[in-house]
Formats: sequence, C-alpha cells, structure tokens
Amino acid sequence: MATLDSKIPQGPLADKWNNHKSNINLVSPANKRLIDVIVVGTGLAGASASATLAELGYNVKTFCFQDSPRRAHSIAAQGGINAAKNYQGDGDSTYRLFYDTIKGGDYRSREANVHRLAEVSANIIDQCVAQGVPFARDYGGLLDNRSFGGVLVSRTFYAKGQTGQQLLLGAYSAMNRQIGRGKIKMYNRHEMMDLVVVDGKARGIIARNLVNGKLERHSAHAVVIASGGYGNVFFLSTNAMGSNVSAGWKIHKRGAHFANPCFTQIHPTCIPVSGDHQSKLTLMSESLRNDGRIWVPKNIEDVKAIREGKLQPTEIAEENRDYYLERRYPAFGNLVPRDVASRAAKERCDAGYGVNKTGEAVYLDFASAIERYGKEQAHVKGLDENDAVLVKKLGQEVVRAKYGNLFQMYEKIVDQNPYETPMMIYPAVHYTMGGVWVDYNLMTSIPGCYAIGEANFSDHGANRLGASALMQGLADGYFVLPYTIGDYLSDDIRTGSIPTDSPEFEAAETEVRERLEKFINNKGTNSVDYYHRKLGKIMWNKCGMSRNEQGLKEAIQEIQELRDDFYANVNVPGKADEFNEQLAKAGRVADFLELGELFAKDALERTESCGGHFREESQTPEGEALRDDENFTFVSAWEYQGKPSEAILHKEDLNYEEIEVKTRSYK
Amino acid sequence: MGITSSSIGRKVAMALSGLFLVFFLLQHFTINMTSVISAEIFNQLSHFMGTNPVVQFVLQPVLIFGVVFHFIMGFVLELKNNQSRSQKYGVYKGQANASWMSRNMILSGIVVLSFLGLHFYDFWFPEMNYKYIEVLPEDPNRYYEELVHKFHSPIRVAIYSLSFVFLALHLLHGFGSSFQSVGVNNKYSATIKKATQAFAIAIPLGFVFIAIYHHLNA
Amino acid sequence: MNLTLKVWRQPNTDSQGNFETYQLADVSPDMSFLEMMDVLNEQLMSQGIDPIAFDHDCREGICGMCSMFINGEAHGPDRLVTTCQLHMRKFKDGDTITIEPFRANAFPVIKDLAVDRSAFDRVQQAGGFVSVNTSGNTQDANAIPIEKKDADRAFDAATCIGCGACVATCKNASAMLFVSAKVSQYALLPQGKVEATDRVLNMVKQMDEEGFGNCTNTGACEVECPKGISLENIARMNREYLAASLKG
Repeated sequence: MATLDSKIPQGPLADKWNNHKSNINLVSPANKRLIDVIVVGTGLAGASASATLAELGYNVKTFCFQDSPRRAHSIAAQGGINAAKNYQGDGDSTYRLFYDTIKGGDYRSREANVHRLAEVSANIIDQCVAQGVPFARDYGGLLDNRSFGGVLVSRTFYAKGQTGQQLLLGAYSAMNRQIGRGKIKMYNRHEMMDLVVVDGKARGIIARNLVNGKLERHSAHAVVIASGGYGNVFFLSTNAMGSNVSAGWKIHKRGAHFANPCFTQIHPTCIPVSGDHQSKLTLMSESLRNDGRIWVPKNIEDVKAIREGKLQPTEIAEENRDYYLERRYPAFGNLVPRDVASRAAKERCDAGYGVNKTGEAVYLDFASAIERYGKEQAHVKGLDENDAVLVKKLGQEVVRAKYGNLFQMYEKIVDQNPYETPMMIYPAVHYTMGGVWVDYNLMTSIPGCYAIGEANFSDHGANRLGASALMQGLADGYFVLPYTIGDYLSDDIRTGSIPTDSPEFEAAETEVRERLEKFINNKGTNSVDYYHRKLGKIMWNKCGMSRNEQGLKEAIQEIQELRDDFYANVNVPGKADEFNEQLAKAGRVADFLELGELFAKDALERTESCGGHFREESQTPEGEALRDDENFTFVSAWEYQGKPSEAILHKEDLNYEEIEVKTRSYK
Repeated sequence: MGITSSSIGRKVAMALSGLFLVFFLLQHFTINMTSVISAEIFNQLSHFMGTNPVVQFVLQPVLIFGVVFHFIMGFVLELKNNQSRSQKYGVYKGQANASWMSRNMILSGIVVLSFLGLHFYDFWFPEMNYKYIEVLPEDPNRYYEELVHKFHSPIRVAIYSLSFVFLALHLLHGFGSSFQSVGVNNKYSATIKKATQAFAIAIPLGFVFIAIYHHLNA
Repeated sequence: MNLTLKVWRQPNTDSQGNFETYQLADVSPDMSFLEMMDVLNEQLMSQGIDPIAFDHDCREGICGMCSMFINGEAHGPDRLVTTCQLHMRKFKDGDTITIEPFRANAFPVIKDLAVDRSAFDRVQQAGGFVSVNTSGNTQDANAIPIEKKDADRAFDAATCIGCGACVATCKNASAMLFVSAKVSQYALLPQGKVEATDRVLNMVKQMDEEGFGNCTNTGACEVECPKGISLENIARMNREYLAASLKG
C-alpha cells in the first residue's frame, strides 16, 4: 500500500505556514502572463481563487454551470464566518480557533492545515471589509459577533442571515474587476465534463456549453477544482439542485484520490420534509440556536395530541417539555456541535417523540428569547417590564432584527408564524467534510490539479463547526492556493501555451461525446430523477445519521443494482447539441451512483464512530459516539481502479503534535 | 455617452422640465382665479402678462421651449422604453404593482397635449394675431370679456374639464415622481408625496371650477 | 388540486415561441411552484414531450436563478418571494396559470422559460466592485467604524439577488433598481466612496448600452422585488450620477 505524501512543512506548528510561504518557489510577474489556470466553480473558494490568481497576473479561465458566477451555492450560507479576531475580548486566539476546529472535527483533520486556516482567518475579515462586504455592526460602528455551536467564544462575523451571499458577492465583485480587466475569461453555463491529463499532469478540461450543447477543449498549466460538496448524493439535502460531485469525481477517475467520503454533515436545524414531491430541504441557520431552545414533549400522550391537531405546542406547560439538549449537555446546551445535535434529535424521534405527522420533527422555540429580549428592551426604554403584551412585542422586534429573513422564509414554506408558535425542525444533509484528497499545498494526487473549498477534504475532519465552511472557502481561495500553486507552476514558465489538439484532448473529448450519446440513445422508461430519488432513499436510510455493517453492505449491493438499472433504463429526452437539462442531470446522477457506493464502502471500512459518521456498533452505553483512535486515526484516501468496489484504500496517518487527542465531550 | 443622452440625464431633464411646467401652471391658475374674484384685477394682470416685454419675449419662449421639450422627450423616452421589450407579455398585471397614473403617463400626456393644441387655437393664435400680426390697439379691459365668452359653450367647458381631469392624473404621478428623479427620497418623501398629490387634485379642480363658474354666471 | 397551465414554449433564442396548454392533476398545496413544475415535467416526459426548460438552483430564495413571470407578475402573486419560494397554496383548484419567461430585450430567451441575464454581470464588471487587492494586506477590519444606520442601509441594498424581477416587471424593462442597489451599497460605505464617481458613471453607461429601458418611477420593481429593495436606492443613484457628472 502506497503511503501518501501530505508535504507538511517541517518546523513548529505555528511557524509552518510562514516558513513554507517564504521558502516555496515563486513565478515572476513577467512569467505569470505566460501561464494559464483553469478554475472550475465560482463559490467562495473558486471566485476568490480566480480573482486572486488573476490579480497575481495569471491568465484565468473560470467555469460555472449556473447562468452567473454569483449563483454558486455558497450564496445560501446563512449564519456567519469564523475568525480569530478576539474583538469581543472573550479569550479567543488563533490557537483556540485551531483547537476548536480540530476538536469539533473529532480529531480526524490534518493539524497543519487547520492551524493555517486559523492563522489566515483574521485576514479574511479585513479583506472582506475592504471589499465593501456589509457585515453587521454595533451602535459604535464596529463589527458585531455572534456565537455558534461547539465553541465557548463569540467569533462569528455575520451579515444578518445572508452572510454567504454577502461574502460571495464580495468575491464575485473581485472577480468582476478582473473580468473587466480581461484577466479572467468567464464561462457561464459551462460544465466541466472531464479532466485532460497529459504526461501525468493536469493540462486542461473538456467543457460542455450548456446553452448549445457543444463540447469545448480548454487547456491550462494547472486546473483548480472548486466545485463544492456532494451532499446531493442523498437527493434531498440543503444543497442547490445543481450541486454535484461530477468535477471531483471525474478527477478521481483520472487519478485523484478521494478522501473520507463517508464524512457527511447532517445539519440539525432544517425544515422537515413535507411530502413525496419534495425536491430539496431548506436550512434554518445554526445561529438560531443562539436564541432558540430545542424541545419535544415529555409525555407521549402530548405527542399524540399534537399529531392529531388537538393540542398546540404553546399549550404544553414548561414542566412537560423535554429540553433534551440542555438536559444531556448542560455545558453547551443548545449550542452543541451539529453532529451531536442531529443525533440527539434522531434519538428523540426514533423514541416516538417527533412532533409532526411524519414523526420526524422537533421544536425550536423562541418564546424564552422573545421574553428575555423584550424585558431587556422594556428596561432600556424605561417601560413596564411586567406588561406581557408589551414585552412580547418588543422581544419580537429584537428577534425580527436578528433573524427576520429566516423567520420569513420559514413562514413562506411551512405557512406557520414562528413568532407565535415554535418552529419545527429536523436534521438534513448539509455539507460533506470528505472530498478530493489534497496535500498541504492543496494539490490532489494528480500533479497540477488542485482542489479547494468544500471539494477537498482537508480541514474539517469528521465534523465541521458552524461558520467554518465560509472561512475555509475564502482561506483556500484568497490566501492559500494563490501562493502554493506558484511552487508547482514555477516549473512551467518555459512550457508555453498547451495545445488542445493533442491525442489526450482528442481521446477525452471522444469519451465524453460517447457518454452523452449513450444517454440520449438509451430511450429508457424512467426519468433521471427517478434514479436520483431512489439513490437518495438508500443513502438516507443506510448511510445517514447512523450506520451499521449490515445496512452498509445492503447499500453497496442496492446501489450497484440501481446503477445497472440506470444505465439500462434511463430516459434522457432531447438531443446532445442543445440546451438539455435532463442530459446534464443524467451525467451528474451517473457520478453520484458511483460515489454513493464508495461512500458506503468507506463507511463500512471505518468501524469506529467519529463526528458525522456514527456506527451503531461503536457507541458508549449512554449512546454517545465512540472513537477508535488506535485503529482509525487516519484519512482514508481511495484510489480509483475502474469501479468503486475495487477502489484501493490508502491511509494518511494523522499525527497530532500540539494537541492531545481526547474524547470529545460537550457535557 | 454624456449626461444629456444617458438614461438618468434624460430622466432628470424630464423631471426638471415637468417641475418648471408645474410652476407655470400655478402661476396661470393664480391669475385665472382672480377672474372669479374681480374682473378688474384679472384684466390688470392679463394686460401685464400680455404686454410686458420680459414676459412676452423671454418667459414666453422659455415656456414654449419647456412644453415642447417635455413632450418631445416624453415621446422619445416612451418610444425607447417600449422598444426595450419587443416581445410583449401574454399576461401583464400592471395594476398589481403600480398605479394606473404611473403606467399611463403617455396617455394622460397626449390628452393634455391635445388640449394645449386647442388652447393655442383658442387663445394663443388669436392673441398673437391680435397683437403682432394685425397689431390691433390694446384694450386693457378686453381680457375678462374674452374669458367669459370662451366658457359660453357647454361643449368647450366639457372638453376643458375633461382635459383637466387628465392633467390631474398626469400630475398625480408626475409631480411627486420628479422629486424621486432628481434624487430626493428621504424622510420627507411621504410628506412630499401627499403635498404633490393634493396639488395635483386641487389645481386642476380649480381650473374646472373657474370654467364652470363663468359658464353658469355668463 | 387540478390546474390548467399555459406555458411559453420556445426551442431556442432565434425561434418563435408560443403558449402550450397542459393539464396537471393532484397538485399538493404544500408544493413549491418549482416542485409543481418538476411534476409537470415528469408528466411531459412520460408522454414523450420535451420537458420545459427553466432556471433554478438553490430553491431557497437566495441564488436568484429562478425567474418565471406567473399570471402577469414576476415570481407570481406572492410578495417578497422568488418563484422557488412561491407555494401552490397561493392558487386555487381549477385555476389557469400563465407562465412566461422574464421578458426584456436585454434578457434574450435561451429556451422556454430560461433567459440570459448576463447583461447584469456586464453591468457589475463595469464598476460593481472596490478596487482593492485580494492580498490580505489591508488595514484591520475595525479601523474605520461605520455608523450602524449606514451599515444597515448598505446591507439592505446588498441583499439584491440579481434575479431580474425588477427588469421583468418594469413596463419599461428598466434595470435601475438592480444597478442602484449596487451603487448604493458602495456609496454608503467608506470603502466604496473612493471610486464612487467612476463607478456610477461606468455602471450607468453599461446599463444603457445593454438596452434596458428608462425608469419612470412607477415603483413596480420595488413591489415585485423578492428582497424588497427600496426605490430610495434609485434616488440615491440619481443623486450620485448627477454629482458625478458635474464633477466629471
């Protein structure tokens, strides 16, 4: 079994990044003009990387499948972005952010990467403010913070419930500046169909113009994959409809290892599923747990009455409510990390206490927060603190100012007013910690091919803390990749432009064309969504919030059968050389059908429980996740061998120099 | 593209010429209103306006320019705006999100413009003829009589009144809107809107009142 | 509930389009409008009819990609929502729903209900940014305090999702609300003030070149905007533009 070289620099942890930056090779400004870089994806990572690479002087070609780079799904991130600024003076530091992230990731992330992330976090905020990102401010005009799950400090910067949007528009604006200067060539409505490898190096991509269906060859000296996560393998997730694994999966099939596919984050606060027609799930920001208290009724009779519509949640007395997170985890209460909160909700619902018709929902209640804020406001304004109506009104105003858009979103979807009655929430697939394996320089196992943002695996271990995804995306794109890529490209200054008429490009394009034609000519009976939904059901039932050996084995079997059925019977209408959404979707689902199997295989292999990966065989008597550090302190990096079932496992051992590996406890 | 040909430049020009015409309207109304109170004052003011060289040779051309500019620019913008959507909607529910007045400025504008044509025919051409072509001797007391005479015909009064209804509709949107166009949108905007709407109703109503008053008292 | 759907079908930009009428049964009131469209597409495909192309992505009202003109209104009859957040409970059994693409010469139809809004991108490229290098070597984020009122207003302007409902709904197909939201965001922040003059001149120039109509202050855009972007922003842009023009 080959060992993986993660290329972690020598020296003390705190100095690694600075030393590395000082010692790696650079490309001179004159030579950067001679080098092309392709970036696939325009979320926080892709947009920030494109902008920065262009600013450094490289010729950048950026691709996104949406109609504009601003649509990338980073835009939907709500709650905030972490940074070790310690503006609140509550004891935050780079080390604490680093420590929280490693601990939150259940000791399955790479120490050096996480420390670097914590180091550059503060810079991100400076950068974004300089770009005109309108973060929330206090009355003194300084930046405001809120707290998020799994930490004991307030380090999360936010822009109401639209932080992702504001950060993405910031990165998009930086890109626009470079597009205007001609340094970025933007390809909207283009999908990467394959990676082209020449002499062992990534040298370009085959892209499909989604408007006219034409295949295009694009060459470059390096290819950066910033295509996000693969949560849509579950069909229902909080990801956008178009979010897909295809770019990551295509490079995996060309030689990039895929790491920890089973590490998936199930977010505890999403709007529950309402019916079979459902196409996606909507997240309610984790920031709501700052003020919302999660509960289910204590008595099963009350649960029944609620389901039958005979009882309203507001009628249940305080002593008959089970605030189960506060009960089980007194130290962190409602702000335990996401994996813990999700499993606790599942535990209650499995025990029969779910509060909607499907039995899969718990309450997120703002009544106490409204009362608390209302009293505070009444006091500040010199009004009567005992006037319940007034207090409620004032409190609702405060809550509206903080979470107004989320409450509105909830009301539009569920048709209930969350200011008056508790929200109903249930966990849903949200983020994938796993992804393409990269070394310290964010390069995949294919030379010249990089993966950044959610598409890679590196920083969040087995569970990601809230408000850290935005941080990682921007850290990779603004501050890490643009430097580390120079080390590789410094060998390419004499290469000249890469021709697209080589046999490698020819072969790759032919392969893509044949794949597309196969779909079109299949003329089967079932739609693409039919298979996607079926795959999602298998994944959710057998690779979801808790997993066991038997279920995983069944999942592998079922996915294989479903994939065979898909290729035999899928129906893709229309033609290949036109705007054809079904064809684009078919390609993505085909990749999910392979990834799903690898996912299950990885979950089966890892017999411990850690972070978002809960193996029923590995738990404490109280039902908490039980890690097996002796046997599983490693990253699983899978090498493609023709089929997911034959993928070879490479292990990157995780060594913790600065941190003592402990049992994660939030009690 | 300079300020004069840019979208915002034209929009501001529309607003400023409109505001100028509103000012003229107020002045015109004030003089006309005196006819209800006293024929003498009306005659004095009309004589002044009709013979003062500054009014005749400076303000009058400016006014004519203002009117012509406002309507030509109005037509140009309407044409261009109309061309921005060649393929029209099958169903377009304009009333769901904007007032009838705001959506039909061109219509109310055309009615007001036609009225101006009539007004020119009725008043301005004879006046020009009287003063500058035939050069008849000035009679400082002729104005009131002429005014009353004009409102003798019920058809003319009806057309006159109808035109002012359209002027009111035009002003209901246009007057307030011109403040937005020149960039005024602040805490006073609600008040400005109310005041301009009151003006838009009161002044045309006043003109109609004058017409009916003279019609009935003749 | 059962619905009659009149949907605009147009194979590509250059071809003539027309309305097609489809019947759809058993629509659940809890469905979002786009989920209803998914069901319709499944039905069409099973009948061998080409599914209806429409843009959509996040389906939670933030990406700005969905763009239908429903019963004469951008994003349909509900307020402060995008089409993906519009739910079928807003309609009644037996309703006929007319579905068209966002129409404007600056937004050519790509296919059926999907339109090309890249004109918006080009307007942004003309100046919708602060020219600061992404090196991270900027001053500390708290170095310039910003009055909360201004920060909040800048945020309100910045919530624009670039969906194009303002253009679609405006009887003149004007893009002023969109452009003014970006101009305002930067005009209200000290970081954006440095380039304010060039920004507003360049963005307005590009806007005009894209073939959008002019604003006649009908206010329809503000009403139909899924994010409630205020007309105040257009007034601010007018001010900024006048000041910038005079400054030269």
